[in-house]
Amino acid sequence: MKDELVERIENNPKYQELVSKKNSFGIKLGIFVLVMFYSYIMVIAFNKELLATKMGDGLTTIAFPIALAILVISFLTTVIYVKRANGEFEDLNDEIKEDVKDLL
Amino acid sequence: MFKILALISIIALGAFAAGDATFEATKRELNIPAIIMFFAFIVFTLGLTVWAARKTKSASDFYTAGGGITGFQNGLAIAGDYMSAAAFLGVSGLIYLKGYDGVIYAVSFLVGWPIILFFMAEKLRNLGKFTFADIAAYRLGQKEIRTLAAFGTISVVVLYLIAQMVGAGKLIQVLFGMEYEFAVMLVGVMMIIYVTFGGMLATTWVQIIKACLLLTGVTVMAVMVLYAFDFSFESLAVKAVENHTAGESILAPGGFISDPISAISLGMALMLGTAGLPHVLMRFFTVGNAKEARKSVVYATGFVGYFWIIITVVGFGAIAFLNSPEGAQYYVDGKLFGGNNMASIHLSHMLGGNAFLGFISAVAFATILAVVSGLTLAGASAISHDLYSNVINPDASDEQIVKISRITVVAVGIVGVTLGIAFESQNIAYMVGLAFGIAASANFPILFLSIYWRGLTTRGAFLGGLAGLLTAVTLVIVGPIVWVQILGNAEALFPYKHPALFSVTVAFVGIWFFSKTDNSERGKNEKEMFRAQNVRANTGIGSAGAVDH
Repeated sequence: MKDELVERIENNPKYQELVSKKNSFGIKLGIFVLVMFYSYIMVIAFNKELLATKMGDGLTTIAFPIALAILVISFLTTVIYVKRANGEFEDLNDEIKEDVKDLL
Repeated sequence: MFKILALISIIALGAFAAGDATFEATKRELNIPAIIMFFAFIVFTLGLTVWAARKTKSASDFYTAGGGITGFQNGLAIAGDYMSAAAFLGVSGLIYLKGYDGVIYAVSFLVGWPIILFFMAEKLRNLGKFTFADIAAYRLGQKEIRTLAAFGTISVVVLYLIAQMVGAGKLIQVLFGMEYEFAVMLVGVMMIIYVTFGGMLATTWVQIIKACLLLTGVTVMAVMVLYAFDFSFESLAVKAVENHTAGESILAPGGFISDPISAISLGMALMLGTAGLPHVLMRFFTVGNAKEARKSVVYATGFVGYFWIIITVVGFGAIAFLNSPEGAQYYVDGKLFGGNNMASIHLSHMLGGNAFLGFISAVAFATILAVVSGLTLAGASAISHDLYSNVINPDASDEQIVKISRITVVAVGIVGVTLGIAFESQNIAYMVGLAFGIAASANFPILFLSIYWRGLTTRGAFLGGLAGLLTAVTLVIVGPIVWVQILGNAEALFPYKHPALFSVTVAFVGIWFFSKTDNSERGKNEKEMFRAQNVRANTGIGSAGAVDH
């Protein structure tokens, strides 16, 4: 990539906005998923009995709905991310491309 | 091409005939519906391969299907790569054996997906061409990085391949009473045909078809299980507890993940490993742009998540059904016929008779073929694209590269078959755990830091990455499984089954240390080049379009 192009894009406020928004959004969601998953792993590692707690009068333990919740939440976070990335972020990206069109 | 097909049929028929000899010994009847479905799938997919072979002309076609796959199709194909034999047979077998411990595997397998999406998928698409080494080598020394990446890829591919081969061998053995060795060879030959002739296009379509078949098959199975218990998971759980020797303990985490270090290490391997699997990473280069790459992860996560929910029901169904008095027919000398990996296959027979067994077996076989094809293609790309065309012979023509790829496919096939036979008795879910461990230690740290860390230099990536790979491989060899169970030593030198916690740390620290202390002129240039790389990774400006790589 030409130095001039890199320079222009880096100095474009829209690019700075895109990168900072995208990074902070990704990091927030990423930390959320990691905390959720490692909390689960830590409970397995240090306090298995907690997951063996039964639900109501039945035999089924709370370990099952928790596993289900992790699967569903993981999926939903991907939906949330892509909704924003393919909408707002892509639009910004298109504007940046428009701004440097003459150099492409 | 057709001569080869004819040859395969002869080999296959010969092998079935050979199977008849053990027919009496195993007391299994030749299952006609299963064989019909099995061959229908093979004929159909070979037709697909012929079609794909006609369309595969350039190296780009061979590696990325020309880049014309949509996000939805790619999502299915990625999910297909993920829902391997180890996932389907291995995890359902693990749940059958250990109950909830198997579910932990399932959950851990999925959580890597959002992480890939937030941090990797779009950047991979924007920076890459054919393999993940393209990204790592974007601003770093081609020779060192590509050589290392090729070794990382091959290690993961071979380990993963063994797991699939074992699954395939056992499956065919149970189904047809065919010799295990023949079964593994049959899979090897089929896979070589798909990949050498059809390349990524055939591999992707085989994967998509299989993903649809598999999702349909396990759904029907889960519905039939739940139907028997009036769609109450509680009733299913009660029956499973009643029938399992371990009783209520199957409904909560148990001894399978025995200590905190193992739990954390396995969790790390499964999560970070996902982001370092070469055959999955390759799929991001088959879509046109970052937008499609992101979409494909959403679809993949949805399909895979759904699959794990269903597999949990199937696994507990296997406990409830197979351990009942009617299930006794599936046991030989107190052991499940064909091993625990066959639990869901036997369950399908109990639920829907020979026809359904045939369908599920054909699906399982399709699963194995599709995944080994994807793996082999990844291995072939590492050798032909990363090693051959970028290190050994930079002036290589497209034809030469594709030729080397095809030769590698055959070689990888032979290695896979040989090791598949050697590792016959391993639990395949565990083997996959190991493959993930290597992927997490050798591939992920380099990939991640090359995308995000300005300070990365060739020296750091090479030495640190090598340290991670060597640590992972060494700890696996001196760990409980290989050192004790396979090599027959009394005690393991390294007490944990999963090395990821240690090897990933070694890789990250090593890469950081050797980059930081690198004051060379070359290192400075590499840091400077991060700016241009970062602009391209974020905007996609300068990355190749869909068709023209």
